[in-house]
Amino acid sequence: MNTHHHILSVKHCSIIFGTLLIFTLLTVAAAHMDFGYFNFPLAMLIATIKASLVVFYFMGLKFDSTENRVIFFSSFIFLAIFIVLISSDVLFRKADVYVPHNEIFNAKKFSSEEVPHD
Amino acid sequence: MSHTQTTPGKHHFAHHFKDAHHEFDSCKVGMWLFLLQEVLFFAPLFVAYSLFRSTHPEAFLEASHLLNWKLGAFNTAVLISSSFTMALGVNAAQRGLHRKTVKYLALTILFSIIFLIVKYFEYTHKIHAGLLPAGMFSHPVQHDKTPIFFSIYFMMTGLHGIHVLIGIGLIFWIMMRAKNEEFGPEYFTPVELVGLYWHFVDLVWIYLFPLLYLIR
Repeated sequence: MNTHHHILSVKHCSIIFGTLLIFTLLTVAAAHMDFGYFNFPLAMLIATIKASLVVFYFMGLKFDSTENRVIFFSSFIFLAIFIVLISSDVLFRKADVYVPHNEIFNAKKFSSEEVPHD
Repeated sequence: MSHTQTTPGKHHFAHHFKDAHHEFDSCKVGMWLFLLQEVLFFAPLFVAYSLFRSTHPEAFLEASHLLNWKLGAFNTAVLISSSFTMALGVNAAQRGLHRKTVKYLALTILFSIIFLIVKYFEYTHKIHAGLLPAGMFSHPVQHDKTPIFFSIYFMMTGLHGIHVLIGIGLIFWIMMRAKNEEFGPEYFTPVELVGLYWHFVDLVWIYLFPLLYLIR
């Protein structure tokens, strides 16, 4: 027998299912109210609670090996690195760094002319 | 613990494994590595989303109101239900309840087909309204960056939809095997792994729903 396998009981499955549905209603309700700056963080908080329930119970990561937990959660560390590094580029660019396409082409056309430095 | 299954049609662990547990654990590590890769597969789309939303919040707000949040909410409930029946299917397979396994897997397929039908109606409405990816976009909007949202919308929901389609195929495959009574307390690895995949598909949708449909 696979005695060390954790079996999520039908009762627990149903509790998680009910909670997920309640949180879905909650996220819809929250979206119809205005919390100003907290609208987005709140929506993400509810989504993360739902996602955690799915990951820890339905996917059984709570009862799984540490190794599998490390593997899966490391993906979110990579995702965070991805977002932080790209944001640090795009969000902190100076407005004058952006050059529209047509200006790039014009610059090529007149590349022999003197380009003023600033 | 160590009695071997030699009945024809029953699974016996591959020769390079110590025992059935070893095989099961190795398969599972492989599946979690695959799911890590899946998170990173979706990652560029989430990064594109967060960048364009932070640089053009008003366009995203306008675009989000062009989506039908009721259909999105309905599909969320459908997909959560399919995850629930999948979890019940895994539970039944682990306990060797063959007919229940088949029943729950069939229900999971049913829910995922309902999900795709709703998605089909959403897509056709958008195609007719000209709410298409930037370049093909032809809908009167206030902000000139609104089409960017629809590029991201179609990429994200499209990639997710492909995952649902593949999931239906996989669930159908294990349902057929469950019908053959191949699974039980001794061996249920494919059901477990397809279950993990299916819950991951649900996981992606849990984030897509508020990100795409519920911006305010």
